[in-house]
Amino acid sequence: MNGLTFDIAHLLAGSLVLISFMMLYQDRLFALINVFALHAVVLALSVAWQAYIQDAHHLYITAGIALVFKAIVIPVGLHRIIQRLGIHRDIETAVGIGPTMLAGIGLVTLSMVLMLRVTPEADPLAREDLAFALSIILLGLLVMVTRRNAVSQVVGFMSLENGLVLAATGAKGMPLVVEISVAFSILIAFIVIGVFLFRIRERFDSVDVGALDDYRGERR
Amino acid sequence: MSGFSFDAVAAILFIPAAAAAILAALPNYRMTAIVNVIASLLTLLAALSLFATDRPAPGQYLIVDDLNIVFIVLNTFVGFTTSVFSASYIAHELETGRLTAPNLRFYHAMYQIMMFGMNLAFVSNNIGLMWVAVELATLTTVLMVGIYRTHEALEAAWKYFILGSVGIALALFGTILVYMAAQPVVGEGTNAMVWSVLIEKAAHFDPALLSVAFIFLLLGYGTKVGLAPLHAWLPDAHAEGPTPISAVLSGLLLNVALYAVLRFKLLLAASPQAIGPGPLMVTMGLTSLIFAAFMLYRRRDIKRLFAYSSIEHMGIIVFAFGMGGPLANFAGLLHMVMHSLTKSAIFFAVGHIAQVKGTQKISEIRGLTESHPGLGWALVIGVVAIAGLPPLGIFMSEFLVVSSTFARHPWLAIPLVFGLLIAFGALLLRLTGLAFGEPRGGMAPVEASYVPMYSHLALVFAAGIYLPAPLVAWFQHVAGILG
Repeated sequence: MNGLTFDIAHLLAGSLVLISFMMLYQDRLFALINVFALHAVVLALSVAWQAYIQDAHHLYITAGIALVFKAIVIPVGLHRIIQRLGIHRDIETAVGIGPTMLAGIGLVTLSMVLMLRVTPEADPLAREDLAFALSIILLGLLVMVTRRNAVSQVVGFMSLENGLVLAATGAKGMPLVVEISVAFSILIAFIVIGVFLFRIRERFDSVDVGALDDYRGERR
Repeated sequence: MSGFSFDAVAAILFIPAAAAAILAALPNYRMTAIVNVIASLLTLLAALSLFATDRPAPGQYLIVDDLNIVFIVLNTFVGFTTSVFSASYIAHELETGRLTAPNLRFYHAMYQIMMFGMNLAFVSNNIGLMWVAVELATLTTVLMVGIYRTHEALEAAWKYFILGSVGIALALFGTILVYMAAQPVVGEGTNAMVWSVLIEKAAHFDPALLSVAFIFLLLGYGTKVGLAPLHAWLPDAHAEGPTPISAVLSGLLLNVALYAVLRFKLLLAASPQAIGPGPLMVTMGLTSLIFAAFMLYRRRDIKRLFAYSSIEHMGIIVFAFGMGGPLANFAGLLHMVMHSLTKSAIFFAVGHIAQVKGTQKISEIRGLTESHPGLGWALVIGVVAIAGLPPLGIFMSEFLVVSSTFARHPWLAIPLVFGLLIAFGALLLRLTGLAFGEPRGGMAPVEASYVPMYSHLALVFAAGIYLPAPLVAWFQHVAGILG
């Protein structure tokens, strides 16, 4: 039984890393958002599983937030924004897919080596969760770095937050305060970003952040 | 936490929160500006009363100790003077039509929420709560930086938001790692996030995990401190937002993040086998100092110039705290206070200057001491102070940093002095153009609020001449706590 619970938790966390990889090579906005929704669903399952094996009922709330808010509300909202803005074109990636994937593999290796080495005494489940979580955080960062489109940067940031939630739920008995705050920060972040997107749209007819780079403050 | 007729801690949190709610509801901009000033003044008084009233015992969420009182008083003081400056600055912005009345309602409410967030970060005893508070203060400043809705302001706010979020994400991961390190020793639950509990038991934590946690926390909160190479948001955010926000960003928000780093540094220092936080902080501090010093030469925008100067000074402060020891910590604390006062005074002057000249370009501003003596001389005194000339306060703190470095690691003093001199040259070079010579640009008389800037400068001047003995004793005591 113990082996099985461990394997399931492992499977779910591992899938999250894989889905993060899938985000790296999506070149269409809709596809990227769909993959993000999948990411959120798997996160919800993973959190729910942690709630079950740790017997920590408050984690079900976190799982619920991940499922309803991140897997449904945000992707639907982003779909509508994209449609309204009429930008279902290809994503302009700043770096090619090949180098990005290689960088991703490097980052995952780095986080595994780092986290597994510094936590030899921790509970094995928490320890591997932490290694996976760091991988997801770094991959989320990579998505943000390689994309120039504002919407995909937002998606990258949210997948990064998913990694944080995974880490927080993996840490046994971490107070509820933090999980709710994470959820809230995402909510706030989303509102902020929404405001930004509309303003950017209002002013430049584009959500390509590259358009903002015209201004450097020093060169004009 | 009970049995108080007057709970100062509750007051410094409750006043800004209540003021934010009131300000969001008030339609009249003159009234909101006044309410903003009054609320900031009341918060300052509440903070000062911390010296007089009994301190509550550290609870699970809030703490008041000798370390954070310094930060709270500084924070509420600059918050108050900035609100006075903001009232006259904002009135001008409304006249010129850069901001509208609904903008102002939003701006004032956000100002108080930001003060709430910063005060909460200072008094929180819970590392999770501290994270939430820093995040809150950051988000409100992001919104205020973007308030002009121009192309440039949006780019600045977007950059600030993205980099700030990444920083805050790394800091949260570090916080989770600290919890993981504490959990086997302290046990599950809230107690494993309470700072005053953690510091007692830090010696038994897993040192490797704690070290990795600190690296994440330093990178995360370091982004907010504006340490190179994570500083990219800072010049844009300073240059494109309203100037009162530039003043609180430089004077206060950077200190909040620095305070968070210091709390975790103490934790790490209590665990003998963990990596020393010193070398990391010294390296990042020196890098920021030298990098920013060179960048000062290429600035053409007056607010960006002083934003880079903030990076430089945060570098010096982090360097001093990284060196550690009573003298360097004392110098770091003093430098932090002096920098907050001086830099916000400079931004007060710069705000009015940019308004009267109608530009932020350095090349288009000349001869300020002739056209606007009040502002011009404030700028001269401020820049002379920030460049580190005697007899002003920053000279003294920089001198202490340098001399304590010479005493302990002479070879580290070489890059330090080098960076200081480079920055000194850049600032004086720019100052001569700005302040002297044939006046250029708008000549209209200005209705400036001189009291905030000159009171800051007077304090900095007084501190350079004479520091009262009780103040020195207090700072020495706090420097001792910092180890």
